[in-house]
Parts: sequence; C-alpha cells; structure tokens
Amino acid sequence: MKLAKESMLTVFFISLFATGVVAAEDKPVLKAGHPSLKEWILPAAPAPKENIPNAARVDLGWHLFFDPRLSGEGNMSCGTCHNPGLEWSDGLPTAKGVKSSILGRASPTIINSAFNTILMWDGRKKDLEEQTMGPMESNVEMNMDTVKLFKWLNDTPGYRKLFEAAYPGEGINATTLSKAMATFERTVIMNDTPFDRWLAGDEKAMTAQQIHGFDVFLDAGKGNCAACHSAPNFTDNGFHNVGLASWGDPNPDMGRYTQKPVGRMKGAFKTPQLRGIALTAPYFHDGSAKTLMDVVNHYAKGGEVTTNIDPNIQPLKLSQLDKEDLVAFMNALTGTTPTITIPTLPQ
Amino acid sequence: MLFKNIKLASIAVSVVLISYIAHAEEFTVTQTDKTFKMSGAKVEKLTIKVGDSIKFLNEDPWFHNVFSLSDVKTFDLGSYPKGQFKTVTFDKPGQVDIECAIHPQMQLHLEVK
Repeated sequence: MKLAKESMLTVFFISLFATGVVAAEDKPVLKAGHPSLKEWILPAAPAPKENIPNAARVDLGWHLFFDPRLSGEGNMSCGTCHNPGLEWSDGLPTAKGVKSSILGRASPTIINSAFNTILMWDGRKKDLEEQTMGPMESNVEMNMDTVKLFKWLNDTPGYRKLFEAAYPGEGINATTLSKAMATFERTVIMNDTPFDRWLAGDEKAMTAQQIHGFDVFLDAGKGNCAACHSAPNFTDNGFHNVGLASWGDPNPDMGRYTQKPVGRMKGAFKTPQLRGIALTAPYFHDGSAKTLMDVVNHYAKGGEVTTNIDPNIQPLKLSQLDKEDLVAFMNALTGTTPTITIPTLPQ
Repeated sequence: MLFKNIKLASIAVSVVLISYIAHAEEFTVTQTDKTFKMSGAKVEKLTIKVGDSIKFLNEDPWFHNVFSLSDVKTFDLGSYPKGQFKTVTFDKPGQVDIECAIHPQMQLHLEVK
C-alpha cells in the first residue's frame, strides 16, 4: 500500500517536473552561457554547395562590391548604399538611386544576410546570388546596361584574371558575378557582440539592465519581440504589417502583397535582423523611426495604422523602465564586422 | 417507368457518394515551431486522394496564415491563433503548394491523386 502511494507520488512529481521542463524550454535561463540559450548562438555562415567560398571568390566579390563602374553613370557601387562605415547601410530614411532620386524603401544592412532564407523587404529574391544583379538592372537604382557591363568586364584584363582565379573556366557572366558578390557578402558577419559573448559564458559582457531588456524582449506578455525577431539571427524570415503611419497613405507600399497576393500580406515587410541595429538608424522599411526608443514606442502603442496589421502585434504593457531596458539590450547587439579596405580596382 | 428509373438513378448516386465519403480521409497538419508537422514530425511533401481533407491546426503561440495559390486548389485560411484550426477538402487531382503567408519557410507540397 505504502509502495503504491509512493509510486503515485512519484508519478505526480514526475508530471510536475515534466510540466516545468516544458515551461523552462519555452523561456531560457538568463544566465551567461546557460545551455538553454544555445538557440541564439549564430552558427557558421551557410553557403550553397554550388558556390562554396574560397579566398579567390571573396577577393573577386570584394573588388566588384566597391566598383562604381558597375553602375550606368559610373558613380554608384554596391558599397554606396551598403557602406561598411555606416554598418553596411546608408544612414538614410530611404535609399537614393540613379541621379540621387529618392527611392521608396530603406537600404537594409547586409550584416548577417548570409543567414537569410529570403531576401528584400518584399521577399522577391530567394538568396544572395539571385539578388545581386537586381540593383544593377534596375533603372531607378544603378541603372546599368548589363550587355555593356559584361563586355567591359571581359575586356578588362584585371577582372579576367580575378574571374578565372575564382571560377576557372566558368567565364565572366551574370552567374559568376553574382556568385562572387554573394560570397563576399557572406563574409560580412557580426557575431562578437556583448550579447554573443554573454551567450558564450562571459558574465560581464552584458549589464543587468541589458539582461533584463533581453527578458522583456523574450517575454510574450511584455515585449514579445522574439515572436518575430527570433533566434538565432533575430528574424523569422517572415513578413508582417507593423502598422506604420505610411500604411495610411492614399497609395501605400503594398510590400509582400506584390509577390504573394494574399490579404494578410498587404503592407507586410520582412522582419530585419538586429545585430548592429543601434548603428543603422533610421528604422523600418520607410525609415520613419529615428531612434530605437521610437521603435519601442511604436510597438508599445500597438502600431499607428492598424488596418490589416499583423495580429501578432498588440499594444504592449511596458513600463518606462522596460522600454529603456529593451533599448539597452539592443545596444548590446553592436559588434564588429571584418575590417574592410577599399580595393584598388582592376584595370 | 420514368419515375422508377429516376429513383434507381438516385439510389446509385447516393451509393457512390456514400462510398466516396466513407473512403475520404482527414489528415491533421499542425503549425508547430513555425513548421508544418504531422504527428510531431516535419512534413514537406504529402500525397493524398481526391476527396481527402486536411485539418490545419495552429499549435504555436503566434498567428499563422495558411494559403495556396495553386490552380488545383486556391484558398486563404486567414490568420488564426493557437488552438484553432481550419479544414480544407481537396476535390481535384494535381499538385498543390501550400505555405504560411507570414512565415514563407513553412511549405507543404501536396500531391492529390
């Protein structure tokens, strides 16, 4: 009888423990280096098997990335809008294209874009290789005549040598150019932020305020930020209408809906990753938020224009302290990317 | 005589319909950890028969929005939260590509035979 009673108690406590384990898995233990945090650790940057990185490919991509002769007027390189001195973005509310025309969307940073499973604010490109030619071909961006481009590259001995070293026997064409540029972009990795060092076990890497900010970030009843800015790259690679004021414009940017005509996608844009975020102001696809606190206040309010807003976005119960701690946490996401020098361009 | 023939035809149609419904299966595909799953395992491809249906059950703490723009079956289930489900019956043979609009890495390629 006693044995039966003990067995029942054991079953009862095992059940309670099991429930506790589920809860613990839902929310990690916020201690430096704790195993429950491992999903936030960035893995090695992935690359497609048909474009495995090597030094020659990175070298070619580096030259191409900073070469303004890839634009129609010879004055814009990829590095113009994705400037390493501005955290690989441009510091503008929305990008400037050909003849300094103001474009409709912000230049996203390319930091950690190697981890993205879909690219562009509207998701119209599946990977870095597919994305590369887009700005050159666009008549409002780099506005390059690509027939002339490849003739010029083939006529330039310095580039012939670099292409042959990187992709022997594959020629100089849109495929090899895109592969090289994508390979270079995959080197722009940031994984040494205070947050990353804290994940690795450095107790002093983040302040108590920043750790509390991470708690608010994770807590579904508070910031609920991780619902979209999820591990490990702070993005769900998903699309959300976040209720910006510009969504109320007479002819608003329809975003993802232009690619996937499903009602929920009207005014939805891709979730950006957050490493390096403190230095990539202004924020949102329309550059409408000047500071991280502006972003936090936007979400705390539950958005400005709520027509078709993503149902995951609800007004938040955040104290002023919670908001300040969230911003402090996002400041702990600032690290370094590989040191870049501007190349002497091939002749 | 005509009345008798109509009656017989009605019975035949009913028998066919009942046997069709009896053989139709319902599959449950959950949205779990931003992944389509069946019985807890990730599912990316599934073959079903004409007349079968799939119950799309959201098990995640956030909304999903399952849809298909395929010619064989076009639908948009809208967004719904954890614990809710919607069911789609597939009434034509062919390929149906199903996604979550919010999380496009969630993809299910269905073959309806």
